[in-house]
Amino acid sequence: MNKVSNNKAWWLVLPVFILVAFSALIPLMTVVNYSVQDIFGPGQAYFVGTEWFEEILGDERLQDSLGRQFLFSAAVLLIQIPLGIGIALMMPTRGKRASVCLIMLAIPLLIPWNVVGTIWQIFGRGDIGLFGWGLNQLGFDYNYTANTGDAWATVLLMDVWHWTPLVALLCYSGLKAIPEAFYQAAEIDRASKWAIFRYIQLPRLKSVLVIAVLLRFMDSFMIYTEPFVLTGGGPGSSTTFLSQTLTTMAIGQFDIGRAAAFSLIYFLIVLLVSWLFFTAITHLDKQK
Amino acid sequence: MKMNKRKNFGITAYIILLMLPIYWLLNMSFKTNQEILGQLTLFPHDFTLANYATIFTDPSWYSGYINSMIYVSMNVVITLLVALPAAYAFSRYKFVGDKHLFFWLLSNRMAPPAVFLLPFFQLYSSIGLFDTHIAVALAHCLFNVPLAVWILEGFISGVPKEYDEMAYIDGYSFPKFFVKIFIPMIRSGIGVAAFFAFMFSWVELLLARTLTSVDAQPIGAIMTRTMGASGIDWGVLSAAGVLTILPGLLVVWFVRNHIATGFALGRV
Repeated sequence: MNKVSNNKAWWLVLPVFILVAFSALIPLMTVVNYSVQDIFGPGQAYFVGTEWFEEILGDERLQDSLGRQFLFSAAVLLIQIPLGIGIALMMPTRGKRASVCLIMLAIPLLIPWNVVGTIWQIFGRGDIGLFGWGLNQLGFDYNYTANTGDAWATVLLMDVWHWTPLVALLCYSGLKAIPEAFYQAAEIDRASKWAIFRYIQLPRLKSVLVIAVLLRFMDSFMIYTEPFVLTGGGPGSSTTFLSQTLTTMAIGQFDIGRAAAFSLIYFLIVLLVSWLFFTAITHLDKQK
Repeated sequence: MKMNKRKNFGITAYIILLMLPIYWLLNMSFKTNQEILGQLTLFPHDFTLANYATIFTDPSWYSGYINSMIYVSMNVVITLLVALPAAYAFSRYKFVGDKHLFFWLLSNRMAPPAVFLLPFFQLYSSIGLFDTHIAVALAHCLFNVPLAVWILEGFISGVPKEYDEMAYIDGYSFPKFFVKIFIPMIRSGIGVAAFFAFMFSWVELLLARTLTSVDAQPIGAIMTRTMGASGIDWGVLSAAGVLTILPGLLVVWFVRNHIATGFALGRV
């Protein structure tokens, strides 16, 4: 669509600008401010330059939690994206069954995150949960509060349960937008199922897949509530991800300078990786 | 035909797996604590509504739902009010700094809420809004407004510009055109944006919990608080969980015909 140049449009954007500036710029400036000072009390702040940043970057607890975070986000993307595409391909395309499927798929997305944690906390317990009890009956020594491996598996499974429907719904809407004529042409050419997927469906899914990958990366990288409720970050600190480390530091220990430096590094990593994904995918697009 | 059967089997199996944890929560919510802790049963033998009765009669429980509802509705209204004109501007006009502004808005969706925890707490405390519904509603605008602008921009760009020009020739003023003609035309887009704003505000806990203490405490915070105490009341906790799913179901029912386009954010 060709747009008209009109600077008066700023008036229409102004409310959004003020609102987001209030809830994003002021807090962000506060964080920057804290990150370069050592604060003992009101009026007793000293400029310390990059000291907090240097300390935080050398902090082993933070490095461990960053490593876990990347591992978790990578696992989330590797499982959920292919699975979501697969489910979208299996879904009925029209009629009542299609809308029932859509509603069922949307349910996990609308459950408050702490309740998602609660659901799996109950579901996974060996004594009162169907899942944990079932595994124990089958002879597995499953206990997500005691074994690191089980805790990881449960957190991952919970996230797959919670968010794969989002990927599936995105892909489903992408698939629905493919004109029928494309499939008819493929039929005339006697294209195989795989060829249809590879050369018709997948290219058409690209725009929704960009959204899916970005959303899933960002949200898995910020995960807090679900593992907090499910495992509390344990056993030990094996399922403590970045947001929880930061929250403990900022609210629990009130270690403001360090938490602020941490916050900025955290935000920059999310921005950087999102940007990398975005340019990588759009670059691939141009090569073709 | 054979292919279709396999597909049907696959999707049915997936939906059953998807519903299994929810079924278990529902099952637990109708049991007494003796039955829950005594023996694993696939359906409640000793069917009881006592867990739900506890929630509906105890103000410390049901006020949580009311608080959550209040700030979520406030957030949806604020989000739509500011996002609609902005989305229109982004879709129809070029103006100084438009692209930068758009990307800056979207970058706020990428900010981890944990980063804003401490400054939000201090900001809202210093202006006397701590522990109010509006504080949570405003804080949630941080990620809901950018998303709503993005979704609405997609839907608005799908409406041909000739409509705007025709209304102008017919003598409509801009506000009148916007309210009388334009908003009805993109109502499915507004529904979808409202759905997403509702969804992300309803499910968020970290900010909502940090910005409230008593008067505006969300249901999620009440649920996690009872969790720390010794001897968890599993029955009541399950019932509380089931009740948090219902508003979502209601909203999804309203937008059921637009889910497919909605999840593509109006851009396929």
